[in-house]
Amino acid sequence: MRYTKAIVSSVLTILLIWALNRPWGSIPAFGPLLSPFVGFWQNAESANTTDEEITLNGTKAPVTVIFDDLAIPHVFAQNDQDAYFAQGYLTARDRLWQMEFQTHAAAGRVSELVGDKALELDRFNRHLGMGFGAEKAVKAMMADPRSRESVEAYTAGVNAYINQLKPANYPLEYKLLGYAPEPWQPIKCAYFLKYMSGVLALGADDLNMSNVLKKYGTVVTADLFPDYPFREDPIIPVGTKWDFTPVKIPAVPANVLPDKKSVAMNWPEQDPTIGSNNWAVGPQKSASGYPILANDPHLSLSLPSIWYQIQLVTPTMNVYGASMPGSPGVIIGFNKQVAWGVTNVGADVLDFYQIRFKDASRREYWHDNKWKPVSRRLEVIKVKGMPDVVDTVLYTHHGPVMYEVGQKPFAKNVPVGYAARWIAHEASNDFLTYYLLDRAKNHDDYRKALSYYGAPAQNFVFADTAKDIAISPNGRFPLKWKDQGKFLLDGTNPAHDWQGWIPAAQNPHVKNPPRGFVSSANQSSTDPTYPYYINWQFAPSERGTRINQRLTVMQQATPDSLRALQNDNFNLQAANALPVLLPYMEEKSLSAEQKKAFDVIKKWRYNNDIAEIGPTLFTEWMRQYLDGVWKDDFPSNDTTTLRYPSFDRTLHMAEKEPTAHWFDDITTSPKETIGSVLTQSFRGAVDSLTRQHGAMGTAWQWGPHKATRITHLARLDALSALNVQIGGGRSVVNATSERHGPSWRMVVALGPTPKAYGVYPGGQSGNPGSPNYLNMLETWRTGQLNELLFLQTAQDKNSRIKRKMTLK
Amino acid sequence: MIQIILIAVLSLLAQFVLPWWSLAIIAFLVCFWRSSSAGQSFFAGFYGVALVWLAYAILLHSRTDGVFTGRMSELLFKTNSAILPGLVTAIVGGLVGGLAGLSGYFVKGAIGNEIANRIS
Repeated sequence: MRYTKAIVSSVLTILLIWALNRPWGSIPAFGPLLSPFVGFWQNAESANTTDEEITLNGTKAPVTVIFDDLAIPHVFAQNDQDAYFAQGYLTARDRLWQMEFQTHAAAGRVSELVGDKALELDRFNRHLGMGFGAEKAVKAMMADPRSRESVEAYTAGVNAYINQLKPANYPLEYKLLGYAPEPWQPIKCAYFLKYMSGVLALGADDLNMSNVLKKYGTVVTADLFPDYPFREDPIIPVGTKWDFTPVKIPAVPANVLPDKKSVAMNWPEQDPTIGSNNWAVGPQKSASGYPILANDPHLSLSLPSIWYQIQLVTPTMNVYGASMPGSPGVIIGFNKQVAWGVTNVGADVLDFYQIRFKDASRREYWHDNKWKPVSRRLEVIKVKGMPDVVDTVLYTHHGPVMYEVGQKPFAKNVPVGYAARWIAHEASNDFLTYYLLDRAKNHDDYRKALSYYGAPAQNFVFADTAKDIAISPNGRFPLKWKDQGKFLLDGTNPAHDWQGWIPAAQNPHVKNPPRGFVSSANQSSTDPTYPYYINWQFAPSERGTRINQRLTVMQQATPDSLRALQNDNFNLQAANALPVLLPYMEEKSLSAEQKKAFDVIKKWRYNNDIAEIGPTLFTEWMRQYLDGVWKDDFPSNDTTTLRYPSFDRTLHMAEKEPTAHWFDDITTSPKETIGSVLTQSFRGAVDSLTRQHGAMGTAWQWGPHKATRITHLARLDALSALNVQIGGGRSVVNATSERHGPSWRMVVALGPTPKAYGVYPGGQSGNPGSPNYLNMLETWRTGQLNELLFLQTAQDKNSRIKRKMTLK
Repeated sequence: MIQIILIAVLSLLAQFVLPWWSLAIIAFLVCFWRSSSAGQSFFAGFYGVALVWLAYAILLHSRTDGVFTGRMSELLFKTNSAILPGLVTAIVGGLVGGLAGLSGYFVKGAIGNEIANRIS
């Protein structure tokens, strides 16, 4: 008996420990997680105010780091390498999990952490050639001593942090997911760049457009999907003279389209609200007589914060701004002489080529009248708790072959595939651009820095103390015939290949335009007089137009005037559309509730403020209206995906072709008109909002309805900021939609010493247990900015300086 | 009482250098060394460990004004409570300690007497 008791109780104890020491599906191991000695409690962090001295043996000379009241580090190093080492160390200290997770995602390694639920995502990134691109990028990066030194020093800094890290101090997410950080490598910096290209330069409507073309032919397609919008105010002001002689543009081949088979491919839709604003006002418009520059990049809002503020001071630079965890240097920022910022261009830099394989073995493909060998790249995907998945990706000279929807990759009977030609597969040394911008002194330095840039193409805005302002949609742009890549391309025809590049010096650019300001909001880079094709569609023009309207009348500008413009909630799309659409409404057929809603929208002043109901109604109404007009004509299903014409084109139709046959729903027998479609969709909008929120009331207000969320990267609600009350919206300058918005807002007033302001929706620390995880959110939400502390020496006195760290 | 204090102090020290489950070895050894009944050994293990886990958790919790505890409560238990995470922590730690203590007592009953017999 006494043996039984001893054995049973011992076995029970061991079982309990075993069960608590391992994860169960997505439930983490509770023993180590709850233990205050190693678990999540250890991640509780108090505001640190004591000075530190840390010996890492990685620097050539001691580095002094000053932390301000927002825990932003100001690094004073005696040489560049030490500064990048410190940046790597400090970024890892605050953001290690985020850095590693993002690069794991780009590398197609999420299954390693979370199991086979991420397998499709990983497979997608592998087929996209992320690894292929990153390997080329790291070679280019290592070939230049400047980028090599900075990437290597940064890497050493990250590893110096990882090496002294004990499991008890792992960032919380490692404890929840149950894994450990691995050493950082230079290629991870390249993966980070590919990750950003994936976010910003993966837009491709080629498939949907080919299906549209197949269904309606060239005339209708050109009519409904024009190459330039009806309402537009391009980035390079209309009338700017092109100061170069263009190189020869490839001729449009006789047979533009490949086989007309309609296709559906596993292609994620790009969110149109991923965009950004930037502008600079020249000396004649500013109160100080020096330029002022503003930038707010809009991204999928996430936590930990996308950006990491830092100041880097060495004998070769004194730069402050927003860096990205995983990349050395500052991406958007300023130094004593210059300031710069970026918005996405949205160039057509991803094309699909239809590949004809010789046979089912897919070892050769037809191109330029001969069979050419296919190369194979083995992708081994590790899956948590399961055997490895080995995926073979086929490569043609165009690029990797993507797979089709529902198709098991490489099924034997499908000898057709589409190869993706993507700018991110090109070797380019994008870090060098930022390396040079961080040290730029004038407009010439800025132009030189931009010439190295590849992807994702950005509108680089610039201002300096010599009172120059400039902007340039810049990146490596393939030299194409007009509309090359609007539709799928023929992979057998060499005339369809990318045939060189637009010379970097001929990328669109403008310096000191007569209007006294430059700006961009992802709209068309240029008007149609620019000799080259960059893309046939860009982000809708409203943000850009609104910014330009306000800058045109702005005088005596101060940083606060630009801050106010960043928070502009005017809905120009509604202001354009409602006067056109409202007269068509058949008011008599509305119910009492619908009539009440219609009165609200009639009285609305087009402002997307938190307490307005107008924007809620307008947004839902227009969504249903577009469906009402186009859904019957452009239906998507599992085998064929089509897309609708743009809002701009649809509005133009209401203005100029109100009797167009497109308004009729071809699936019903009565003949619909613009009036009946508008009225029906308005009724539908009110009904669905009533279903969602009950009778019209405070729940219909824009702030509560939109309920902006800033989501933790691992999709954990408890670590996210939910239901953030803020105005703005799609196509509004304050481009805060449900999931996207300004991920960093910055205003820099140049002058004898620059005065700068900035904020992001989150905080400096990526640790949910830190007081600096979300401490900037309220400042961001209310449209305020923090002054950015631009120190000159490590001895500067300022009441906002909280503590000092010495790295040895 | 002496057992509770011993388990608390020794497991505290052990957990600073050894894995979290080292607390079970401490509770086991202490109860193996001296315990008068099954109930007493279970509670010595339970309270000794729970006390340490709870106290340390409260100390760490107080660093962040409880904001983080609320987030973790939301994450693990789907409800925002400042007390629940600490309570669950103490109970889980306590259970392991208690069971280990109980095992110490029973194993002593099984083997300890034999050893005692052999020595005499």
